[in-house]
Amino acid sequence: MTDRINNKDKSPADLVQLEKSRLDKTLGETLRSQGISRRSFLKFCAATASMMAMSPAMIPKIAHALENARRPSVIWLSFQECTGCTESLTRAHASTVESLIFDSISLDYHHTLQAAAGHAAEEAREIAMEENYGKYLLVVDGSIPMDNPGYSTIAGISNYDMLMDTAKGAAAIIAVGTCATYGGIPHADPNPTGAVSVGDLIKDKPIINVPGCPPIPVVITGVLTHFLTFGSIPELDHIGRPKVFYGQSIHDRCYRRPFYDKGLFAETFDDEGAKKGWCLYKLGCKGPTTYNACATAKWNDGTSFPIEAGHPCIGCSEPDFWDGGGFYKALSMPTANITETAIYTAAGAAAAGVALGAMNRSKKNSAAAAHSDTTIDDLEK
Amino acid sequence: MSEVATPVSGEIKFNIQVSDELTQNVKPLLHEIKHALESLIENGDTSIIDLRSIPLAPGEEDRILDTLGKGEVQAKLESLGLSEIIETQYAGVWVVTHYNDDGNIISRFIEVTTMPSILSSQTEDVMAAYSSLTLDLDENQETI
Ligand code: SF4
Ligand code: SF4
Repeated sequence: MTDRINNKDKSPADLVQLEKSRLDKTLGETLRSQGISRRSFLKFCAATASMMAMSPAMIPKIAHALENARRPSVIWLSFQECTGCTESLTRAHASTVESLIFDSISLDYHHTLQAAAGHAAEEAREIAMEENYGKYLLVVDGSIPMDNPGYSTIAGISNYDMLMDTAKGAAAIIAVGTCATYGGIPHADPNPTGAVSVGDLIKDKPIINVPGCPPIPVVITGVLTHFLTFGSIPELDHIGRPKVFYGQSIHDRCYRRPFYDKGLFAETFDDEGAKKGWCLYKLGCKGPTTYNACATAKWNDGTSFPIEAGHPCIGCSEPDFWDGGGFYKALSMPTANITETAIYTAAGAAAAGVALGAMNRSKKNSAAAAHSDTTIDDLEK
Repeated sequence: MSEVATPVSGEIKFNIQVSDELTQNVKPLLHEIKHALESLIENGDTSIIDLRSIPLAPGEEDRILDTLGKGEVQAKLESLGLSEIIETQYAGVWVVTHYNDDGNIISRFIEVTTMPSILSSQTEDVMAAYSSLTLDLDENQETI
């Protein structure tokens, strides 16, 4: 991943040569030249399948595809962002297996991670674009300010100009984080910089949205790995998110769901219900309207996720999550019907969950329109 | 139902529950394994369950592993971090765990098969072994 970034003493031209010789090799050839056995490669493929949220039955296909995969050039642009997404990514490849994947891409420009700065960094980006025109992968985190280009510039280039220029030769774009995918926090009401998402500006390239504030590390690596493995973009939902990671709501996969279905809710953060691990819906959980992989992929090397730690989901992978009317406000109170439905049939209970999800979505939209601020009362509620 | 996690000091209470009420996934998963064993016996079909794809409650993975127990075979693979391949007390049901260099689990599978494929020698490795043994014998005729 960090070839160009680690080779601090080499000139951009030397680095291009170095990259070219490496890009010529398939991943299988690279691994064999490092003395990695076929058995280890299978282990690598099994971990990769799990990371990409694919069925273990896909392992032979992944092995075949990875064997023949070539190392793509990656250009990573950061605009109006907090660097949380890069922090998340760099937590992901601590493991040997994941670092093998990242050794298999050529990260040619990332202004937080690279040693070069200013014009030397921009030169690296231009060379990578020229050498890999039409083939490189563009990753973007952060939103783009449209009010005044001066709000955010890199080497004197406005975010808008840099995005449009770099996008031209990209094979595909991965928007990482809720800011790049939907505008995120900079876009929150009253959106002082006129922040927009990548998808608002670019209409003629495949864009994969990987939202989250930040996204789960293995989801970022999983999407990059999918592109590396199959050379194509995964199946996306109606707002551009890969279905394998964002196909189900937090609520659908939440281990507290049986309590929700029985109508057992924590009312405060320290009541008996909270201690018994009951559903956090009444404490403002946005799980029913939020699509993300937290409940299975989890955080901190698979340790747990916010709901497991006793905090409601705040819906960070959804558009306008910041304007949803308060993190600790339940969007709508579940009615007695939910408990009754749960008593009739499990399928009925699931249907009630879906209906409530729909109800919540409209409630959330009206809350967003009214833009109610989160007050100290909400936090203390 | 078991107790709420013990407070560390008199005043501070950690609100992380360890309630048995949460464990709703253990039985269905064990039944799934039973069905997988059935189809291994009847049709020779092997199955793999990725434990990381199932939304488990705190403690559920441990309960599943405790129930499966350990059987006769426990193998270790040292490559790209450690891997443990353990046959459970139910022959044909294996737990395969891959760790990274820091000892964190990166993936864990339950495999229902007579032999997890990662344990078998791979054709490519056998061919490489043949070449290197041939080379060693040719080059070191006196010392071997
Ligand atoms: S409302 Fe939240 S805590 Fe309750 S079941 Fe759904 S996702 Fe889990
Ligand atoms: S649980 Fe919800 S708020 Fe928390 S990281 Fe996952 S999607 Fe975001």
